[in-house]
Amino acid sequence: MIKGKFIDNLPKVYGIYTGGFLVFIILMAIAEQAGMTAKTIGICFVSFTVAIYAIIGYLSRTLQVDAYYVAGRQVPTVFNGMATAADWMSGASFVAMAGGIYFKGYGYMALLVGWTGGYVLVASLLAPYLRKFGCYTVPDFVGTRYGGNAARLCAVLVLTVASFTYVTAQINATGTIASVALDIPFGIAVYVGLASILLCSMLGGMRAVTWTQVAQYIVLIIAYLLPVFWISNKMGAGIFPHLMLADEVARIAELEGQFGFVKNSAADLATVPKGLAGITKAHSSVNATPWAFISLAVCMMAGTASLPHVMMRYFTTPSVKSARRSVGWSLFFIFLLYSSAPMLATLSKLSLMDPTLPTGIIGKSIADVQAIDWYQNWNQANLMFISDFNGNGTLELNEFFMGGKAVVLATPEIAGLPYVISGLVAAGGMAAAMSTADGLVLAIANALSHDLYYKIIDPKAETAKRLVVARVLLVIIGFAGATIAALEIQGILGSVIWAFDFAMSGLFFPLVLGVWWKRANGPGAVAGMLLGLASGTAYLIWVRTGGAGFWGITQLTFGIVGSLVSLVAMVVVSLMTAAPDSATQKMVDEVRVPSGKTVLGKQH
Amino acid sequence: MSKQVQHWEKTRTLLFITLAIWFVFSIGIFFFGAEMEASSIRPFGYPLSYYMTCQGSLGIFVILIFWFAGRQEKIDEEFGFSEREDGE
Repeated sequence: MIKGKFIDNLPKVYGIYTGGFLVFIILMAIAEQAGMTAKTIGICFVSFTVAIYAIIGYLSRTLQVDAYYVAGRQVPTVFNGMATAADWMSGASFVAMAGGIYFKGYGYMALLVGWTGGYVLVASLLAPYLRKFGCYTVPDFVGTRYGGNAARLCAVLVLTVASFTYVTAQINATGTIASVALDIPFGIAVYVGLASILLCSMLGGMRAVTWTQVAQYIVLIIAYLLPVFWISNKMGAGIFPHLMLADEVARIAELEGQFGFVKNSAADLATVPKGLAGITKAHSSVNATPWAFISLAVCMMAGTASLPHVMMRYFTTPSVKSARRSVGWSLFFIFLLYSSAPMLATLSKLSLMDPTLPTGIIGKSIADVQAIDWYQNWNQANLMFISDFNGNGTLELNEFFMGGKAVVLATPEIAGLPYVISGLVAAGGMAAAMSTADGLVLAIANALSHDLYYKIIDPKAETAKRLVVARVLLVIIGFAGATIAALEIQGILGSVIWAFDFAMSGLFFPLVLGVWWKRANGPGAVAGMLLGLASGTAYLIWVRTGGAGFWGITQLTFGIVGSLVSLVAMVVVSLMTAAPDSATQKMVDEVRVPSGKTVLGKQH
Repeated sequence: MSKQVQHWEKTRTLLFITLAIWFVFSIGIFFFGAEMEASSIRPFGYPLSYYMTCQGSLGIFVILIFWFAGRQEKIDEEFGFSEREDGE
């Protein structure tokens, strides 16, 4: 496969790939009719897609530094958008988001607004300027703009803390899906997931990750949209659910009024398996205070603009102009999935709640529901639970419990879709978790190999040695992540949100002010990064250990404290110390215009 | 140099306009969640508060970024700062 030719042929290559994948789905559907078991279909879906990613990873192997770190800076705008969307949408987005909307309603939607609105900040404040800079990694920008190893090292520290918090959640998600689909214990499945992640990224670095992420995006978006459209049509809710579910949303509100939200006693709740929840909040009405909503959205937006694995995707575009447009495409591809999640939650909830639908279970007799096949399956998988608390023999709204993941994983089965769709959803979830884990592991390993090893420890290292170090670090970080993931310390979604807060605390203002405030200098940036990260972490620990907190800032929004401290520290220390030298000022001027050479050389 | 200063001034103005629109749809309107819910404006029949969180704000962000990119390209061209060899 010749490189130039491959880039020119991208639409054709991925067109064939998409067609091939659709044919594969149809073949599986035929196999299901012919009597293939559900388990075999699941195994086929996951192993087939992972094998394809591994092949792409192998074909994209490289021995060149700029191909390894920034995919040779020749990823076309739209394809980079797809890769970023896959990089961005994690196992949490794919598996847990619809569940979060299902259970928490309006208050949870702050995450959707935050995770999309952040891209406006990326496009306008940072991405084009960092692309012009020509850096390989985010600490590369910080180190060069502010000068000195101290700033570079601090950036590596913040990046590692934030990304590592995030990556354990992703490896955990790959493990969960692999263990369900391949029917192996979670402890082993985590390492199977890790092996697939490393296969994609080890030989080709950013170049391999780019082309596998595009492939993963195609799988995950098909796997998400197909069931949503299918269920909507099957229920007669509307051909195009996004525009046509208003009646269903209204019907849920009506049913909620009819059934009422009955509070369960603590003793009753203690019998419900851990991790499962009932429907206790209104589906569509406003159930959060403005501040609770806005503070969470703000944290997610600033976090988006500071997370290095997203930012480094825009280092791979051919030009500043295409970096800017690429952000728009990224958000468009993300929008396709995010706008579908609330629709899936609506369809899922209505099909369970509405007694007039054949799938509805609320109001039916407990014994009838316990006899349903899918209830038994998901009950066994510890994702569903019913109990007759009031002893009237009928299932009430407050007597039905479900795990957040079940909304995406079980709804196709509840709605009566063939099993092939469930297999497809498993492959989609795997793609989502793998692509994000790939990006994160690579972001950490690149920062350590380029910024810590090459720039600080051994600046004379040869290309071959640099790339060996990069790959060894990749494997070490992957294993460290998998080991922690295997311990199952926190839930998937909680640690994802923390990662945003960490990134926002330490990196948001040092990055933004690096471009937009010429007077910002090295000591200021170091103070901003260290004090921001330290104060954010301290606040998190304080609240976690029973502290009251202030301003209504919770453990999910501690980034507000961190970033404010970071901003104040950075401005105060910058103004108290000498202004940056004229060379640095000139460098900032150059970053601000798209034309001309990048600040850092092509190979550095 | 003065060309560069002018370019940066225009770029900054565009940034402020973009951030103002962004602020309205990511933060501003959510001060009025309850009012939006009660509003008689119901896009596609959905309550306004629900619609904005599901699609409205999200879609506006997509359009906003493309609009911003287009305007910034015009500014770069005006001052002769756009790149020669473009990847597109």
